[in-house]
Amino acid sequence: MNFQKIRTLLGGYLFILPAFLFFIIFSAYPFFKVFQLSTTSWDGISPVAPFVGLDNFKDLLMDNPVFWHSMKNAFYVTFLALVVQNSLALLLAFLCDRDIRGGNVYRVIFYLPPVLSGIVVGLIWNWIYDGNYGLLNHFLTFIGLGNLTRAWLSDPQTALISVSVIHMWKGFGWGFVILLAGLQSIPRELYEAARVDGANSWIVFKRITAPLMIPVFILVSILTILGTMQIFDIIISTTGGGPGYHTEVPITRIVAMMIGSSKFGYACAMGVVFGLILLAISMIQIRVSKMMRQV
Amino acid sequence: MRAGMMEVNYEKVKKGTISFFIHCFLAIVSLSCLFPLWWAFASSLKTQQTVFNDLSLFPKNPQWENYYYAWAKADFSIYFLNSLFYTVVVVVGVLFVASMAAYAFSRLQFYGKNVLFLILISTMMIPIPGSFIALYVLLNKLHLVDHQLGYILPQINGGLALGIFLLKTFFDDLPKELEDSAAIDGCGRFRIYWHIALPLARPALAVLAIFNILAVWNEYLLAMLVLSSKQLMPLQRGLMVFQGAHITQYPLLMAGIVITVLPVLVVYLLLQKHIIKGITAGAVKG
Repeated sequence: MNFQKIRTLLGGYLFILPAFLFFIIFSAYPFFKVFQLSTTSWDGISPVAPFVGLDNFKDLLMDNPVFWHSMKNAFYVTFLALVVQNSLALLLAFLCDRDIRGGNVYRVIFYLPPVLSGIVVGLIWNWIYDGNYGLLNHFLTFIGLGNLTRAWLSDPQTALISVSVIHMWKGFGWGFVILLAGLQSIPRELYEAARVDGANSWIVFKRITAPLMIPVFILVSILTILGTMQIFDIIISTTGGGPGYHTEVPITRIVAMMIGSSKFGYACAMGVVFGLILLAISMIQIRVSKMMRQV
Repeated sequence: MRAGMMEVNYEKVKKGTISFFIHCFLAIVSLSCLFPLWWAFASSLKTQQTVFNDLSLFPKNPQWENYYYAWAKADFSIYFLNSLFYTVVVVVGVLFVASMAAYAFSRLQFYGKNVLFLILISTMMIPIPGSFIALYVLLNKLHLVDHQLGYILPQINGGLALGIFLLKTFFDDLPKELEDSAAIDGCGRFRIYWHIALPLARPALAVLAIFNILAVWNEYLLAMLVLSSKQLMPLQRGLMVFQGAHITQYPLLMAGIVITVLPVLVVYLLLQKHIIKGITAGAVKG
């Protein structure tokens, strides 16, 4: 091996060194540290972190209904997002895929809510839902449904669904853009050829559009699940998890356990359990992506 | 000929009706997207007394001084400049570090290349919701809690996986001839990367930059955990602090929201094509 070759070899490592340092310090270390801390009862301050084995996990699985309630809430929002938000996104994508005038304008507008932050969106909707001055109540009174008015976000009956609506409002444009991109990647010639062969709209949809779109739709669904399960900004800027525990989600619980109760070890155990659930979903995502590549 | 025209007209009317209803539907959805934003803007121009009862969308006496108060008296100038600073630093950091690694993974030969690449990319696949606890612990040890670097470095790291992936794909598709001839001329690896590959990668770098600008500008969780002094807070954190302290000062809060949203809006409207390209590329990342 001559000098030149060694230099070239080292060169490669030097190029990836900064990225790797970042990875080790800010990704790998926290990743393993979470597992280690999850077996302690560390309070975040004291120099020693007492080892408690799997006690945190035992307590979490057997004795923490609030955490599982928050998980249930996240699943509820996720289910709504999957059904309502993605159906709307798909419908809009189909409508805009026709050579409709102003299609691009619609696309720009629909993608506006997704570029806003969850905090901004939450704070604006806070006011729409407000019990005393909220726009929604004004509107309901105006159309003669005054008996429905309420403080939407602090009423236990409507808090979770109200938050879900905000989340879906912010998210549907994102699904729409990806689904539309999927639709537009289908070669027009395929449609024309099918038409020439005498296929009607339904056959074209069944034989061409649907098979090509299913992988994209599955991808959007899985990303919707991952994104929605980790919902946080919209919750913290509207209900903060309340009233009671009615809009608590896993991330708000983890943050509350960490900052509110100073139970760092326990919060890490929550993170691990929640992470494993998300990992299971991610595995599906990877499989689907592989399927997509083969198509 | 008349009969023919009648037929054409019938078809046309049918098509026209369908497209009319489609446009109506799309317009309603569009309005629902725009209305809350306009409502926030209109409210930011009302007074504390009128804001709860005046439902007009075009306030008669626009109180532009609300923006002055929000900017100067309610600390939004500090938050704004901080957000700007964090965004610029993180984006430059991501572009630099990611492009260097991506270039190496695409062009250079070294042992364990593929494994190292997969390891770096894996962070994109595995969600680790609890890792912010350990990240906080780490930052605490490094004395970076309530420090600008504590907010900047993790976010640079956060942008790397997607950045390396996108840029490597881009470099892979780029013809090598220019670089080869530069190498023959005796150009070093770093100079080839810096002077030849990087300028060629501008379109991909732009997509990546926009992607990260939006992510950093809109980030909240890390800012909440890491930053506690007002002097260091970005806009999202500042908004929450303001609303916590002055819950009923709606016009000023809405002015703060407009200040927060305006740059995003400008960037988005100017670059929407690239943004949408980036989103689709980012989504089909697996």
